[in-house]
Amino acid sequence: MPSLPDAAMPDAAALAQRAAAEQAHDPHLADVALKPAFFDWLCRMGDNSLILGHRISEWCGHGPALEEDIAQANTALDLIGQTQMWLGLAAEVEDAGRSADDLAYLRDAMKFRNLKLLELPNGDLAVTLMRQFLFDAFHFELLTALCRSSSPRVAEIAAKALKEVSYHLERSSDLVVRLGDGTEESHARMQAALDKVWPYTGEMFAADGVDEAVAKAGIAPELSELLPLWQRTVAQVLSEATLSQPDRDFAAQKGGKQGRHTEHLGYILAEMQFLQRAYPGASW
Amino acid sequence: MATVLPSVDEVWAWLGEVPDPEIPVVSVTDLGIVREVRWDGDTLVVAVTPTYSGCPATGVIDLMIETHLRGKGIADLRLERRLSPPWTTDWVTEAARDKLRAYGIAPPVDGTASDGMTASRAARLSGRSNLVIACPRCGSSDTERVSQFGSTPCKASYRCRACLEPFDYFKCH
Repeated sequence: MPSLPDAAMPDAAALAQRAAAEQAHDPHLADVALKPAFFDWLCRMGDNSLILGHRISEWCGHGPALEEDIAQANTALDLIGQTQMWLGLAAEVEDAGRSADDLAYLRDAMKFRNLKLLELPNGDLAVTLMRQFLFDAFHFELLTALCRSSSPRVAEIAAKALKEVSYHLERSSDLVVRLGDGTEESHARMQAALDKVWPYTGEMFAADGVDEAVAKAGIAPELSELLPLWQRTVAQVLSEATLSQPDRDFAAQKGGKQGRHTEHLGYILAEMQFLQRAYPGASW
Repeated sequence: MATVLPSVDEVWAWLGEVPDPEIPVVSVTDLGIVREVRWDGDTLVVAVTPTYSGCPATGVIDLMIETHLRGKGIADLRLERRLSPPWTTDWVTEAARDKLRAYGIAPPVDGTASDGMTASRAARLSGRSNLVIACPRCGSSDTERVSQFGSTPCKASYRCRACLEPFDYFKCH
């Protein structure tokens, strides 16, 4: 994510530091005991948007219709913008001299904290859209709850991101209905996509020590509170789309949040991190 | 040597001369993205809020603001990024809405930001968007949405059924 002002203003790092000093006071940033969990959780937020953003950017230039191509690229752009905010705050919390760019480009796969769902290959458009909808429905509820976070820094990022994610959910739910309740071919492909990604969705709600620590601090909601909200949205949209919710364990695939990933993440990182790995410190 | 610092009002007027890089008919103050101008000692502080978090124009806007103010003789300048409260199209000024329309972009209809499921379901049930977006070219309200996303993050794609022209809608945010 080297951005344009980095190239234009050599003192960007100093400017960012001074800007950070102007931010709303957030007592959580000085809480030493909370720091490891808070950092890890912020990486989860940032890595989710980074990896999904990168994945769907792969559609750029390959969309089935111009409007859909543009929609994918715009969604990717929103998610990568949100990544800059989440990983930027993660870097501040860590306070170890790393930047959002360092976290994105210089961590190895086992240090990534994204959901496994989001690193799955795009597959056909049905798989991409179904994954997007199932994640958007979760993302929307999570960000809505985070707007009430006890951390003002988290709340302001959530409020910003929620506006964008509302549009993501509107689009993906609309397309799931249109294609699910579409032709015989589109219906079959959407159902196959749902069956394929379903076992990965439970990881969104599988809380571990990190989730419990940030929930206890009032930074994030209990994930169990989000589950019925997500289930309601998913049931409504799938029903309207004439698709059947799979009768399978929805939490069979877990581990991404703890750094245990599928083989696919390594390939994403090989492409995404190549430049910074091959030419350390390269900027443009 | 004592120098007289330009007033905050004067700086606001200068900022009104900085165009948006993507839609040059409107300025950064028209868009409502300049949130504060103040003097911190001898340092001029300008707080800017991003439109969309991933908008690629954000960096260019910062650079244009800096370049313009330096050209006005401001030596000590600090740009701040402010996230809260998040930018909303409600802050786009009335004058800017006329300029957008004249430029061929339908201005935002306030209070109609997507609220996810509800808006989407309502739109589907009614068969089309419940929003009336007038065509900026012929003024007809017989228009249809082609895509919620457009040429930049802040725009959606529409088509006019009367004059058949496609146009951008600066979507509510």
